Amino acid sequence: MDYKELISLALSNLRGNILRTLLTMLGIIIGIASVIIIMSMGQGATASIVDRISTLGANTINVFPGARRRGPGAMSETVTSLVPKDVEAIAELENVIAASGVVSARTTVSYRGKNMSSSINGVEAAYQQIQSLEVDLGSFFDEFQVKGMARVAVIGIDIVSELFEEGEEPLGKAIRVDGKSFKVIGVLEQSDASGMSNPNEAIYIPLDTMMKTVIGQNYLGSIVILATDSELVDQVVEDVDNLLMDRHEIFDIDLKDFTIMNFQEMISTISNVTGILTTLLSAIAAISLLVGGIGIMNIMLVTVTERTKEIGLLKSIGAKNNQILVQFLLEAVVLTVAGGLIGVIIGTGVSFVIAKAVNIPFIAKPSSVVIAVGVSSLVGVVFGYYPARNAAKLNPIDALRYE
Amino acid sequence: MKKNPIISFQNVTKTYITGPVKYQALGGIDFEVKKGEFVAIIGASGSGKSTTMNIIGALDVPTTGKYLLNGKSISNYNDDELAEIRNKEIGFVFQSFNLLPRTTVLKNVERPMMYAGISPRERTKRAMQVLKNVGIAGKANNLSNHISGGQIQRVAIARALAMKPSIILADEPTGNIDSKTAHEIMKFLVQLNKENHTIILITHERYIAAYAKRVITLKDGKIISDKKK
Repeated sequence: MDYKELISLALSNLRGNILRTLLTMLGIIIGIASVIIIMSMGQGATASIVDRISTLGANTINVFPGARRRGPGAMSETVTSLVPKDVEAIAELENVIAASGVVSARTTVSYRGKNMSSSINGVEAAYQQIQSLEVDLGSFFDEFQVKGMARVAVIGIDIVSELFEEGEEPLGKAIRVDGKSFKVIGVLEQSDASGMSNPNEAIYIPLDTMMKTVIGQNYLGSIVILATDSELVDQVVEDVDNLLMDRHEIFDIDLKDFTIMNFQEMISTISNVTGILTTLLSAIAAISLLVGGIGIMNIMLVTVTERTKEIGLLKSIGAKNNQILVQFLLEAVVLTVAGGLIGVIIGTGVSFVIAKAVNIPFIAKPSSVVIAVGVSSLVGVVFGYYPARNAAKLNPIDALRYE
Repeated sequence: MKKNPIISFQNVTKTYITGPVKYQALGGIDFEVKKGEFVAIIGASGSGKSTTMNIIGALDVPTTGKYLLNGKSISNYNDDELAEIRNKEIGFVFQSFNLLPRTTVLKNVERPMMYAGISPRERTKRAMQVLKNVGIAGKANNLSNHISGGQIQRVAIARALAMKPSIILADEPTGNIDSKTAHEIMKFLVQLNKENHTIILITHERYIAAYAKRVITLKDGKIISDKKK
């Protein structure tokens, strides 16, 4: 059979009653568009969340002292198990770019009579790279300043606006941290990261200075590690686990005196949740495809009745039942596929506008076009079959005589 | 010169059953049509001429008796086999609704060839040829609803000729057009008959039947006269 001719015939039949065609397609258009919008939003939201977590560090790993939290208060006692030597050993592991010990405390910071409470973080020079901290003014401290216990500080943007007058140059000024004087050598760029450790509200000073001069302790609050690739995070976690068990001479995993956390786990959990939500919402949207399909069936039944005489004529000039069936089925499929394509265009357009409006990444997958066309042709076949079969089964004499 | 009949009706009856009501449309008729004949079948409504046409045109099959088309009985053919007979052996020209709407003249003429599985290129070639034969090639790309009644009938005849059928079966072909155009169409059918096409004309008007070389008159499902000129 000549499908090209039948498709062009179907198109001209649909063009013949353009308003009816559009109204009939509406159900499919809305169905496909809403599925596309929901899927795009879901993927966009997931990407956005993953992106935020990635700025915290998709390939960073944190090691905390003490066993994994079991119930409230389990972490409250001071655990002294992590030491600077652990960091040195970890930094030499394969697939590790850098590692830094971290000691944090909340303390008072002052400058010219202005006081504020802030998070003070003693870190190594590598910390800047590990946490992707961007320096806006001046520079981060280097490894020599850490080892030399230099009294220098790199401060977040919110600290600047809190302590300094507007327009005042913070670089080179001496601020007092816990009563000790530190020279500001760098100001961090505004950071999007939020939550656990917001660099905008933090002050970074050399780790050794922090440990020996400020709070006087020889153990670490945590260790942050940067893996070469987010794919290798699991491998690095395992290596760090083995290394620390070895170094701390622990043979029973229940007695571990450290906890390793990575963001990869968090990302996969969040992706799962948004994935399930997206699927659920898409399923609801797909109901309108069902409704659209019923609309198609309704109109195709009307069409077959209207064109009874035409079907009689076709049969009298030699159309076989199957050829009539295919013609009307094709008409239904052309209708739904056209609706599906319009739905894809509208859905993609609306997703783009919403994504821009709520500031999440716009995600459009070519595969969704393929799926939309597939689904809409399926709807056409399923709901077009019954009317097309009615057309095919018409008795030619009755059909010719039909008025 | 002896010719085998193209059409042979042997005691053909047709009975319609609608619920409890039985209606005999044909009460046993016999006739033969040979190649090159121009036969008019006339009769008032209810005479059985439409039923006869339906059986000749392979749209319906006899209840009893035999209908031989080119020597073959098609009484027990199924839907698809009958469709193929209509496609290859019968060229229909109807009173009205002859052409597909929203479709060009050319595509209308090509349609039976499409069902026969003839290639698009060959279809167009043959369709243009028959349109030229009926003198309407200039309207090939017009939509079927943008031509006059007389032209529609010419296109229908062109389509009937396209598959080179055994018979052209015209059912009241002049019923919907003015008498001047009707005469033109009839003259054209006479012309085709001279070119050795077999034509069967169903009509209820004697002056139209007068163009035929043989007139079969039906009344109440029986042949009451069969006259050759």
